[in-house]
Amino acid sequence: MKATLHRRDVVKSLLADRGDLLVVTGLGSTAWDCTAAGDSDLTFPLWGAMGVASMTGLGLALAQPRRRVLVVTGDGELLMGLGTLATIAAQRPRNLAIAVIDNERYGETGMQATHTAHGVDLAGVAKACGFRAARVVQRAAALPAAARMLRAAAGPVLVQIKVVAEKLPLVLPPREGALLKARFRRALLGPGADAE
Amino acid sequence: MSAVDWPEEVYRTLKRAGITVVGYVPDAGHKRLIELCHADAGLRSVVLTTEEEGIGLAAGAWLGGQRSALLMQSSGVGNCINVLGMVQECRFPLVMLVTMRGEYGEFNPWQVPMGRATPQALEAMGVVVHTADSPAEVPGVLDAALRLAFNSYAAVAVLVSQRVIGIKSFQEQARQ
Repeated sequence: MKATLHRRDVVKSLLADRGDLLVVTGLGSTAWDCTAAGDSDLTFPLWGAMGVASMTGLGLALAQPRRRVLVVTGDGELLMGLGTLATIAAQRPRNLAIAVIDNERYGETGMQATHTAHGVDLAGVAKACGFRAARVVQRAAALPAAARMLRAAAGPVLVQIKVVAEKLPLVLPPREGALLKARFRRALLGPGADAE
Repeated sequence: MSAVDWPEEVYRTLKRAGITVVGYVPDAGHKRLIELCHADAGLRSVVLTTEEEGIGLAAGAWLGGQRSALLMQSSGVGNCINVLGMVQECRFPLVMLVTMRGEYGEFNPWQVPMGRATPQALEAMGVVVHTADSPAEVPGVLDAALRLAFNSYAAVAVLVSQRVIGIKSFQEQARQ
């Protein structure tokens, strides 16, 4: 089935009215997508550390069990840390959701095909690991229900959203890691976070 | 202090420092400490499929206002290298308690290269390396590492020598 969804629209809809949602992004396109939807102090975009976006989300979810945590990452980023799905499933964090924006490409390096282009089913892997729910979304009609699941269903949940492979204008969040960390902690924990 | 006491003292040291999340890939040298962590409902013990997951876990926990520690064998240090770049760039506090292999009386030659490279690999990625060569030393060195990490936003590894662990053969390891 040929993808019809556009990643910027998808991510914008996932983050609409985000409220007190905590967001971790993978490196590359998903960071640009989340920034295009509106930069926030409560978004922690990775600029590196490929493969551990979902684990950063797990650490955050365990530390903040009353807050919803959404990881927005790409197929290539998650494939580098496929074992993280097993680790997350074993912990069963009710407040953690993962959205995989799946263009079946390594988008920053020349659009080479990833494993999902060859049929690897990341939602199936998540389900087999023990996620409470996991599904693939192909069409716009299925997106609202998937977005509700990511925001409210008992986790861990994963939605793999097939999107068009397209090169888009860069929309970059701040780059400095220490700044991204400090602004996130201050927004979440209050000014006392600086003195901790 | 006898050799059997250090995991108990390490556990108490972690608790005193306010650690609430412990990520680990098992090592025989961490067996007792892992059991103590799992027995404590106030600690979230997270078994990892590979050590680099623990770096993300620690970063996320700190973003959420919690302190964590990572337990691993020296071979796992090699699995962390690239993601340690995030720790350095973001100045995340990080404490790694690393039981050494390939370092002192090793019986498995395949452990030796990574064991020998462990301190340099950590230092190359900006991690401060402390070492503990006897059981009695471990808790104090860990306490200093925890202070350095959380008071000064540093990444610190405590390398627990193979002298402390004392595994001498495949046969002894199999009996653990």
